[in-house]
Amino acid sequence: MSATRHLSADVLVIGAGGAGMYAALQAQREGASVLLVDRSLIGRGGSTVMAQMTVAAAMGGACPDHWEHHLADTITAGRGLCEPALARLVCEQGVECIAQLDDWGVGWARSEDRYAQVHAPGHDRARCVYVDFLDTGPAVSRTLRTRLVRTPEIRRIGELAVTDLVLRDGRCCGAVALHLPSASAVSLQAEAVIIATGGLTRLYRRNSGSANSGGDGYALALRAGAELVDMEFVQFFPIGHLAPRLIGMDPIMWDPFRYKLGGRLLNAQMEEFTERYGTPENGQYRITRDQATYAITKEVAAGRGSPHGGAWLSFQHLEEATLRQAFGPVIDRLARNGIDLTQTPIEVAPIAHYHMGGIAVDEQMRTGVPGLFAAGEAIGGSNGANRLSGNAITEALVFGRLAGIQAAQFAIEHRSTAPAQRWQGDGPERDSLINRHGRPAENCAALIERLQSIMADDVGPFRTGPGLARAQQQIAAISAAMGALPPGDVDGYDPELLDWLDLRQMLLVATCVTEAAIARTESRGAHQREDHPGLDDAWQQHLAIRMRNGTITLQRQSIGALERLSL
Amino acid sequence: MTQCAVLRIQRGGPHEAPTQQDFEVRFAPGQSLLDGLRQIRACHDPTLAFRYSCINANACKECMMKLDGKTVYACTARLEPRVMHVGPLPNKPLVRDLMTAVAPGDEELDSA
Repeated sequence: MSATRHLSADVLVIGAGGAGMYAALQAQREGASVLLVDRSLIGRGGSTVMAQMTVAAAMGGACPDHWEHHLADTITAGRGLCEPALARLVCEQGVECIAQLDDWGVGWARSEDRYAQVHAPGHDRARCVYVDFLDTGPAVSRTLRTRLVRTPEIRRIGELAVTDLVLRDGRCCGAVALHLPSASAVSLQAEAVIIATGGLTRLYRRNSGSANSGGDGYALALRAGAELVDMEFVQFFPIGHLAPRLIGMDPIMWDPFRYKLGGRLLNAQMEEFTERYGTPENGQYRITRDQATYAITKEVAAGRGSPHGGAWLSFQHLEEATLRQAFGPVIDRLARNGIDLTQTPIEVAPIAHYHMGGIAVDEQMRTGVPGLFAAGEAIGGSNGANRLSGNAITEALVFGRLAGIQAAQFAIEHRSTAPAQRWQGDGPERDSLINRHGRPAENCAALIERLQSIMADDVGPFRTGPGLARAQQQIAAISAAMGALPPGDVDGYDPELLDWLDLRQMLLVATCVTEAAIARTESRGAHQREDHPGLDDAWQQHLAIRMRNGTITLQRQSIGALERLSL
Repeated sequence: MTQCAVLRIQRGGPHEAPTQQDFEVRFAPGQSLLDGLRQIRACHDPTLAFRYSCINANACKECMMKLDGKTVYACTARLEPRVMHVGPLPNKPLVRDLMTAVAPGDEELDSA
C-alpha cells in the first residue's frame, strides 16, 4: 500500500477523452514527450465516446456556410456571456479539426461526396456533421485512440485517478495520482500539465454523462490556484429519456430523432405547450436547450407533466419505414426495450448534460498558473450561459489541439532544468494520498447519491434563494460527515477510497456551483432563478472563483477579461 | 410494483479463495444488472468492486462480467425476480470481486 512510483514527461495530459487525446497527439507532434493518463480506460471513460450526434462546424457541406455565421449562432446561444475570442477559436478552427478527423478516417456521413450536415437547434442552417446511427462519439473516440496507439512515443496509462496538482516555486510541476488497481500513490512530474477531465454532470442524480465526470479537473485547478468562471451554468438537456426504462442507449438519444423527423413535445393533455413560454415550435423543433428545459420544467410545475414528471415526445405521426430509414438499427434496439414509436409516445425530462463553466484560460489555453493548461469541457467561457448544440466535440478537438501545442512549447522551453532540481515526487501532496487510515465513517457511495439529490433538487435548472441556501447547508453537512482523511486499510483496489477521493472533489465543485448560483441574482440561459426572473444587463459579466487558504471567493469579471489572464 | 432480485455475487481479491455473497435488490421491470450493483454499493456494501463508466449508454464497454455463466454488459443485462449468479470475467486477471484487468497491457502502470 505504501509503495510509490514516479514518472516523468515534458507534458502530462489528465483525461483521455476527445480533448485529452487530441492534446497528447499534438504535443507529441510538437516534439514533447507526453504522458496521457485517465482514471478509467484510455478513450473509453469520458464524455466524447458517449456523444451520439452532432458536431457543429461550418463545412459548407449541405449549404454555403462560413465560420462567422457559426460564431454568431454560438454567441446568440450564449446569452451575452461568451468569451468572444474563445468562441471564435471553436468556430474558426473547428473547420480544420473536422477535416483533420476526416483524414484520419472518422467516417463523417456523406451526401453525394459532400459532408452530410443537419440543422440542429439554435443554428441558422444545416451545420452539424455526424457519423451515422448515433455513432458519432464512439467514432471520434476510436479515431483518436487509433492515432494514439500508432504513436508509441506517447505513454498512455489508464486507471490513474489524479488527486492533486503539485506546485513548486509558483509553477505547476506535475500531479499525484492514485493507481486504482493497486491503491498505490504515483507521482507524475511534468514541465506542463493539461487538464482535460471534462465536466461535472455526475453532481446530478439524473445525468447523461459518465461516472468519471465528477468535476475533478475543476477541483484540481482551483486547489492549485487557478480561476474558475461561469460555474453556475450547468446545461440541462431538455429531452433526456425518462420512461419507460431504456437500457443500452444514451438518455439524450432523442434529439436527432426530434429534429430529423419532427418529434412533437406534448403535455399531459397531449397539447404542444412551448409557445406558452414564449418559444413556439411552429413545426420547426429548433428551440434552444435552455428554452426547452424552461418550458418543460414550468409545464410540469403547473401540473401538466407526463406520469413520471416530464413531457411526452411523440413520433406517432410517422410511418415505421420513415423511422427505420432515418435510424436503422436503433429502431431494433428500441424494440428490445419494448418501445414502438409508431404506437406510443415516450416520456422525456431535462437531464444534466454539460457544463458551460470551468477553468479560466486565455487563447493559448493557459490558466493563470504557469505550466498549467486546460482544454475541452473543462474550460469555461467559450459557451457563455448556454452551449449551442453541436459545439462540445468541436471545442474538445479545437482546445485539445491548441493546448497540446502550447503546453509542448512551454515544456520544451522549460525542460533545461537540471533533473536533480525537478520535483522528485515527494511532499505533502503525495503524503496525503499515502496517509490513510481505517474505514470511512460513512458509506461515501451513499453520500455521493445524497449530494446528487441535493444538487438536482435545489441547484438544478430552477433555483431560488432559499433552495440554494438549503443546498449550501446540506453540502456542508456532507463535508463534515465524510471525515478529513482518506480511508484505506485495503491492499489493492479499494472502491471506498475512490469514493472518498471523488466526494472530496465533488463537494468542492458543488460548492462553487451553488455559491455562484446564489450570487447571480438574475436569470440567464441555463441559470434560472425563480426569485430573480429575466436578464439583468448589469449581470452581463462572469463570476470568477478562486480559492485561498481553503476558502473560495467570488468576483465579477467583465467579458473579455479572460484574454488578459496570463499577462 | 416493487420486485426483488437476489444477486449471488462472487467476492474476493486475486490471492483469496472466492466466496459467494447474496444481496437482495429492489427493482422496477426494465432495470439493468448495473442498476442493481450500484444500488448494492449505495445501500448495502460500498466495498463491492466492479467497473463501469457510462452507466446506461453501453458506450464505454467497461462493465463486462459473467451473469449465469454468460458474458454480458451489466448495463444491458436485465434484472429479473430470481437468484442471479454474477461473477468476474474468467479469462482476465482478477482485480477484486467483479472487476478484472481489461486494459491493454501497454496502458498499464507496470509497463511504464
